[in-house]
Amino acid sequence: MRGIGKTFPGVQALSDVLLTLFAGEVLVLVGENGAGKSTLMKVLAGALQADRGEILIDGTPARIATPQEAQHLGIGMIYQEFTLVPQLTAPANIALGAEPTHRGLIDTAAVRARATRALDELGLEIPLDVPVSRLSVGQQQLVEIAKVLARAARIIVMDEPTAALSDREIERLFGIVRRLRAGGAGIIYISHRMEELSRIADRVTVMRDGKVVETRDASSFAPDEIIRAMVGRRLDAHFPELPPFAPNAPVRLDVHGLTRAPIVKDVSFSVKAGEIVALAGLIGAGRTEIVRAIAGADVPDRGEVRVDGAVLRRGSVGDAIADGIAFITEDRKAQGLVLGMTVRENVTLAHLAEFVDRDLLIDVARERAATIRMIDELRIRTPGTEQLVRNLSGGTQQKVVLAKWLLGNALVFLFDEPTRGIDVGAKAEIYKIMLDLAARGAAIVMVSSDLPEALGMAHRVLVVRDGRIAAEFTRANVTPDKVIAVATGAAA
Amino acid sequence: MNDQDRRWYWIRIGGAAAFVILLVAVIDVASHGSFLEPSNIVRVLRQITYNCVLGVGQTFVIITGGIDLSVGSLVALTGVVAALFANAVHLSGFPLIAATLIVAVGVGSLAGWINALPVVKLNLPPFITTLAMLEMALGASFILAHGRPIALHSSDFQKTGIGSFLGALTGALHLPNLPVPVIWMLVVIVIASVLLTRTRFGRYVFAIGGNEEAARLAGINVSRVKTAVYVLSGACAAIVGFLYMALFSSGSPQTGTGDELLESIAAVVVGGTSLTGGRGSVIGTFFGALLIGVLYNAMNLLNVDSYLQKVLLGAVILLAVVLDELRKRYLAR
Repeated sequence: MRGIGKTFPGVQALSDVLLTLFAGEVLVLVGENGAGKSTLMKVLAGALQADRGEILIDGTPARIATPQEAQHLGIGMIYQEFTLVPQLTAPANIALGAEPTHRGLIDTAAVRARATRALDELGLEIPLDVPVSRLSVGQQQLVEIAKVLARAARIIVMDEPTAALSDREIERLFGIVRRLRAGGAGIIYISHRMEELSRIADRVTVMRDGKVVETRDASSFAPDEIIRAMVGRRLDAHFPELPPFAPNAPVRLDVHGLTRAPIVKDVSFSVKAGEIVALAGLIGAGRTEIVRAIAGADVPDRGEVRVDGAVLRRGSVGDAIADGIAFITEDRKAQGLVLGMTVRENVTLAHLAEFVDRDLLIDVARERAATIRMIDELRIRTPGTEQLVRNLSGGTQQKVVLAKWLLGNALVFLFDEPTRGIDVGAKAEIYKIMLDLAARGAAIVMVSSDLPEALGMAHRVLVVRDGRIAAEFTRANVTPDKVIAVATGAAA
Repeated sequence: MNDQDRRWYWIRIGGAAAFVILLVAVIDVASHGSFLEPSNIVRVLRQITYNCVLGVGQTFVIITGGIDLSVGSLVALTGVVAALFANAVHLSGFPLIAATLIVAVGVGSLAGWINALPVVKLNLPPFITTLAMLEMALGASFILAHGRPIALHSSDFQKTGIGSFLGALTGALHLPNLPVPVIWMLVVIVIASVLLTRTRFGRYVFAIGGNEEAARLAGINVSRVKTAVYVLSGACAAIVGFLYMALFSSGSPQTGTGDELLESIAAVVVGGTSLTGGRGSVIGTFFGALLIGVLYNAMNLLNVDSYLQKVLLGAVILLAVVLDELRKRYLAR
């Protein structure tokens, strides 16, 4: 892949990427969240189109406009999320989209034979007659691999294949990867786990900010060097100055022993009034699940959450809101907003009881006045209170979500990726709102995959790994390298 | 809205109004003036009453993204139960009517609550749970009535079923009498419309239909609201069952089990309520029912073959939703 570039609205996702993969090697691709790994692989697999650059396969330029064309060229992609049809058996899944037919009907014997051959090649035994939904996650992953192999793939991309596997299954997967390598396939292996690199990698390519920053033989690339390459020396984004909070401030939020199987494991921490705490870590480490459990969006198995010393009832969002918790979700379109409703209706949704008069009817005039106040205070760029939220930009939508929660008198604010996908100007305004809230004595927990943001906007950084808080850094002693080292498991 | 939008808006409204006036004029001329006679207009209103009230309850359910297929059977069940009750108690006059109505609405609401239970507790599709209720309620009403209509002993219900309202006033103005069921329909429409557009409950109905997860994370008790809409739909079916019982002076297990279900859903959809949830109105449902009623009425006046009437009705329903979709795309552009 040469000179690959890809721009999304407002983001340069890839710029001038050069990636070479030899036959019979395992190339491990590493990089922080958002470094461009997945985008690059989607370009290779035909799921996305690059704006610039070319892809050469065996020396000849290839045009890959669709996933089908990628398959014909022998490119097989094993996604992190499974692409199996849960109700179908393993053979039916392996044959899906390329079923052998006999007089127009599916030749089930041939389907089965092909699956058996692919699984034999991998040295696997998997029940063939049950829906794949009944298989373990590890077995499903193997069916996913068999599906790619059955299409005679020569270039195989694996996106974090071990994320859901047990140690034994990982062992077996590595065996398969080595066997594929010996068979002459080229394998691109995306991983976040440092300990896997030394066991499987021939070469390591590091991506950062949409660029390939370094490619080296795995044997001469030490973990701390890799981390340094991942973090790099970045242009510091401009964060507002973080005022110190009073060290003797009272504890606002106290989380103790919070557990929710299978992800959240015994999480305890507390946040003082006026303090901003960031939860850093890799995608899938369990940060969102932790804040969801605190907010009552998911019911925890064990543990308790206290706000100003009072224990919250478990597992009801309504109770959590009444007790002063505001949860600003990660995915505003899916969870934060009703897109078909107006700005006013969204802003008042969580506190509608306050706008009901004694005659039990909603006082729209009061709603409108409160919304206008929020529009002014947060500088929400909307033509008016009656604008449908659907028609607003991402940053403006995020401010509507904030307005919804600022309307109440919440004491604890849980921000999950508050600035994802919004432009720089809107980001700065959202940071300012967070500081205002802290200045008013709120406790703030912020989940952020943007490391500079987590470091620049928090008094403390908690690093989450495998559903636990693996390390805690204060603002004075935190560095990107330390956070990444803990998050990837290179350091305890 | 800027000036140009506003001008387009009025041009569109004016166009639609001109079209309707033209259509009405054509039908009226073709029917030699009988279409616009006050008595004919009242007849249309009386005919649409039952489907309209069913449609009003259904509107709430559909806005949350659900569906209630059981309403037709619930009309039969509540009518039968109401008739059995009225014959069994020693009451008369207003207390009898009020008590019978309360029993009918109680049965309908209970059935609605049962409809909602598996939907909110197990997340089962309402299509299935209300289909099951359709069968159960139908069977139950045949069992209770021993397969035959139950004639009312009392004649106290006649005024409710076929009587008229404000007879002295309308008579003095040389207008036709407004049937009592039409008054019921108008009352239901007004209450339901206020409930949907002006209360917290109504706002939550829209929020759940628009984005259930966002509604839940805003602290809304989604299960409670969803339960309430099925209860409301059951209660509306019970009002229709009660009115039919009063109209026929009997409770029959076959009442309400014909075209009522599908035509009331058609009224909702033609009235602009989205089957995918999040959008709709009670007033729209009234106009949807009115459109279907006017269409039937006009076809009868023009002596259109009754089989052909069905074909044309289907075509009009399709046309209405296609036009609505095109309008939405035009606005979203």
